[in-house]
Amino acid sequence: MNDTVKLPASLTTNPRLDRWIKFEDDRTVRVASGKVEIGQGIATALTQIAAEELDLPLERVTLLSGSTEFGPDERYTSSSLSVMVSGASIRLVCAEVRALLADQAALRLNCSPDDLAVVDGAFVKDGATTGLDYWDIAPVLDLSRAPTGSAKPKSPGTYRFVGRDVPRADLPDKVTGAGETYLHDIYPAGVLHARTLRQPGPRATLAALDEDAVRRASGDAALRVVRRANFVAFISADERKAEAAAVYAEENAKWSDLRDYRGSEQEGSWLVGRPAERREFGAPKSDTEGAADVVEATYTRPYIAHASMGPSVAIAQYDGETMTVWSHGQGMHPLRRNIADMLGLDPDKVVCHHRHGPGCYGHNGADDAAADAAIVALALRGETVRLQWRREEEFAYEPVSPAMSVTVKVALDAAGNPMDWTQEIWSATHVQRPGSGSGYLLASEALENPPPPVAVTDPPEESGGGSTRNAVPLYRIPAHRIEHHLVTEGPVRTSALRGLGAPTNVFAMECMMDELAARAGKDPLEYRLALLDDPRARAVLERTAAMADWTRRGPGGPSGDGAGKGLGIAFARYKNMAAYSAVVVAVTVADEVRLDHIWSASDAGLVINPDGARNQLEGGIVQAASFALKEQVKLAGDGIASRDWDAYPILRFSEVPPVDVELIGSPDDPSLGMGECTVGPTCAAIGNAVSHALGRRLYDMPLNRERIMTALLA
Amino acid sequence: MSEAPSLTVNGHVRALPNDVAPNTPLLHILRNMLGLTGTRFGCGLEQCGACMVLVDGQPVQTCTAALDSVVGKRITTIEGLTGGDGERHPLQQAFLDEQAGQCGYCLSGILISAKALLDRNPNPTRSEIAAALDDNLCRCGSHVRILKAVERAAETLRAGG
Repeated sequence: MNDTVKLPASLTTNPRLDRWIKFEDDRTVRVASGKVEIGQGIATALTQIAAEELDLPLERVTLLSGSTEFGPDERYTSSSLSVMVSGASIRLVCAEVRALLADQAALRLNCSPDDLAVVDGAFVKDGATTGLDYWDIAPVLDLSRAPTGSAKPKSPGTYRFVGRDVPRADLPDKVTGAGETYLHDIYPAGVLHARTLRQPGPRATLAALDEDAVRRASGDAALRVVRRANFVAFISADERKAEAAAVYAEENAKWSDLRDYRGSEQEGSWLVGRPAERREFGAPKSDTEGAADVVEATYTRPYIAHASMGPSVAIAQYDGETMTVWSHGQGMHPLRRNIADMLGLDPDKVVCHHRHGPGCYGHNGADDAAADAAIVALALRGETVRLQWRREEEFAYEPVSPAMSVTVKVALDAAGNPMDWTQEIWSATHVQRPGSGSGYLLASEALENPPPPVAVTDPPEESGGGSTRNAVPLYRIPAHRIEHHLVTEGPVRTSALRGLGAPTNVFAMECMMDELAARAGKDPLEYRLALLDDPRARAVLERTAAMADWTRRGPGGPSGDGAGKGLGIAFARYKNMAAYSAVVVAVTVADEVRLDHIWSASDAGLVINPDGARNQLEGGIVQAASFALKEQVKLAGDGIASRDWDAYPILRFSEVPPVDVELIGSPDDPSLGMGECTVGPTCAAIGNAVSHALGRRLYDMPLNRERIMTALLA
Repeated sequence: MSEAPSLTVNGHVRALPNDVAPNTPLLHILRNMLGLTGTRFGCGLEQCGACMVLVDGQPVQTCTAALDSVVGKRITTIEGLTGGDGERHPLQQAFLDEQAGQCGYCLSGILISAKALLDRNPNPTRSEIAAALDDNLCRCGSHVRILKAVERAAETLRAGG
C-alpha cells in the first residue's frame, strides 16, 4: 500500500468516498461527478471507467452529474479536463471501494481477498457463488471517510470497457423526442413562465417603463412584473404572453447611459494599443543580431458567439428557506455559490441540479438565465418559475469569445530556420466565469448594488493560459517569448469558448510556419518535421499527411478557370500538454472557400470511448471550420447587432466536407484531454490551404468572400 | 357554434382549448398544450429548423406556422416517427448506429427533414441529403455522422427495413 499517492485535485477538494459513490437498493451503483454532459459524451465515458474498476456491467452503473446536493464539487466542465481529472478521481474511488468490499467479503468468508472474483457485483470463489455481493456488504462500509488512492486501479491490458466504443447513454432519448430530455422540455405542474427585459449594458439605467402598457400588450391582465433596479422580468402562466411582454418592453423601455458602438470595435485589429496589462513570458528581449532575415505578420480573429441551438433556460423555486435551481450551465457548485452571493442567501440553502441543454462549448448564457430565474423565484415565493431567454437575448447578451490580434515576429538563420520567435498578443480576457474572480452573473449588474468592477485576469500559464494558450511553439527554436497585452476594457463581455486563445494562436503560428517554409523553399510538412523532436507530434503530422496523400500537393495558385485548389496542413498539441492533433484541409477557392476534404490524426493517449472521442474530433473540426470561414459577432448601435442566424451565419450541411479522423495514441500513455485539440489546427490548416490556393495569404478570420475579394484585388 | 378546435397529430385527433387563437404558433400548441416537447424552440424565425414537423408529409418550421394553417392536415412530430409498438424508425436507429449527434438539440428537426427527403427520394446522393438538410442548423458539428446516418437509413428502407 502506498499512502503518499498524489490524488487528483477533485479528490482533495471532495475528500469523502460517499460524495462519489452510492450503492442503491436496486442493485445499481450511483457514481457522481461534478462534470456535466454537454453533448461531449462525458457521462458515458465516466460510466465506463466506473464499471471497469467495479467489475460491473455498464447497466449497473448510473452517473449522477452536476448535483450540489449529492455530488462532488469539480467547479466547471472546461478545458478538456473531465477525463483527466474527474475520470482519474472516479477510477481511484471505484478501485478503492471495490478493494474495501473485497476485504470485508474475505473476512466473512474467511479467505484472502485475492481468492475472490466479482461477477455482476457478486463475489465468486473458486468458480462458485459465495452468497455475498456488493449490496450485502456496502451498508457496513464507512464511506464517509476520505479516499486514500491506495488501491491499485486495473492495468490497461485487462480493460473490458475502457477503450471500447460504447454507445452514448443519452442519445436514444435525443432521437426519439422523449419527454424531459432537456431542461427546456420540463414544464412542472403550475409552472409560471418568465422573460426578462435586459439591461443593455452594465451601466445603463432604466429611465422609463410603462408597466401597464406592457401588461396590455402581453394580453395577460394578470401579468406579474418583478422589478429590482435595472432588472425586470415579466411572468405569466402563458408562455406566449410573457414573451409578448418582453418584446414590447424591449421596444418601448427608455434607458439612459447607453454605449454607442462603432463598427471598427468588432475587429481584432481594434485592440492594438488599447489600455492593457502587459505580461511577458519566455526568453529575454528579442535579439535578432546575426539573423539572416526577420519576418513579421499580424493575424486576427473577431468576436465569436457560442450560438447554442436553443436559448438558455432555467427553472427555480424558493420555498422561503431553500432556493432550488435547475440549470444547463457547466458548473453547478460554482452556480450555487454565485446565486447565494448575488441574492444574499446561505450557500447551504441553495441547491443546483444540472439538466441537459443545447451544446454550449463554454460559458454562454446558461448561468445568467439561472440567476434571472432565481431572482424571480425569490420574489414569487412558493411558485415554480421557468425562465427562458429569447433567441435575440442569447445572441446579444451571452459572453462572447474575445477577438484577438496576434503578431508573430521571427528571426531566421541562414538556413531559413527560426532562431528567435516572438508571439505578441492583444486580447480581452478569455474567462469571466462568475465566481472565478473576474466575472459576475449578468443580472447582478442590474440589481440595486452592482458589484465593483472586476479585476481582469486570464487563466494562469500553468493551466494553459487564456489569451496565451498555445502561443509557445513546440518547434526547436533557440529563443521564444510571448508578449501578452491583456486588454482591460473590451467593448463587450467576453468569456470561455472552446479552445480559448488556442485557435487564434495556432492560426498565427502555423500560418507563419507555412510562410517560413515557403521562404526556405521547403515543403510545409518537411519544414515542420525538421524542427520537431517530440515523436508523438511527428507521428500525428506524418499520419495525417499520409491520410491526405500529402505528396500529391502541387504548386498551388489559380488554375485556368480562375478557381484555385489548395492543400494546407497544421499541427498543435492542445495547451502544449493535452492531446496532439494535426489537420490537413483540401479547398477550392473561387470567390468563396469550398472545403473539399479534411483529414486529421490525433494522439490522446488512453482513450476511454474511441467512438465518442472521434465524434468530438469531428465536431471540433466542423465547428472550427465554421469559426474560420464564416463567423463574426457584429457590434453596432448599443451592443451586439448580430442577433439571429441570418446575421450570424454558421456552416451548413452542404458546406461540410468529408472528414476523416484517426486516433493513433497508445493506451499505455495516460489519457490526454481531446475535446478541443482539433480546433486550432483546423483554423490554421484552412488558412494555409486558402493561401496555397490563392497564391497569397489571408491574415484575418473569417476567411469569407469579402476578405478573399479584398486580397485578390490588393 | 363552431366545433371545438382540434388537430390531428401522429394519427390521433387532439382536442385544443376552446379559446386557442387561430394565429397561435403550432410549436406552442405542441409543446405547451399537447405536451409534445420533442419538437424544439430554436430561434422563432424559421432560421434553424429545430422546430420542424411534417405537415401532410412536408417539413414545416412550427415556430411561425399558425394553427389555422394546419387545421385538418396530418401532423407528424418526432414522437410520431417511433412506431406504435415503440419500435424506432429506421432513421432513428441509423442515427444511433452512427452515433450521429452530440448535444442532440437539433436532431428532432433533422430527423423530420430527413424523413421528408427519404419519402420523396428513397435513394438520395450525399449532396442531395446535404441540400435537403440545409434548412437545419447543427452547432456541434455532427454533420458528417448525420449525413452517413441518413444514407444508412435510406439503405435500410430500400431493403424493406
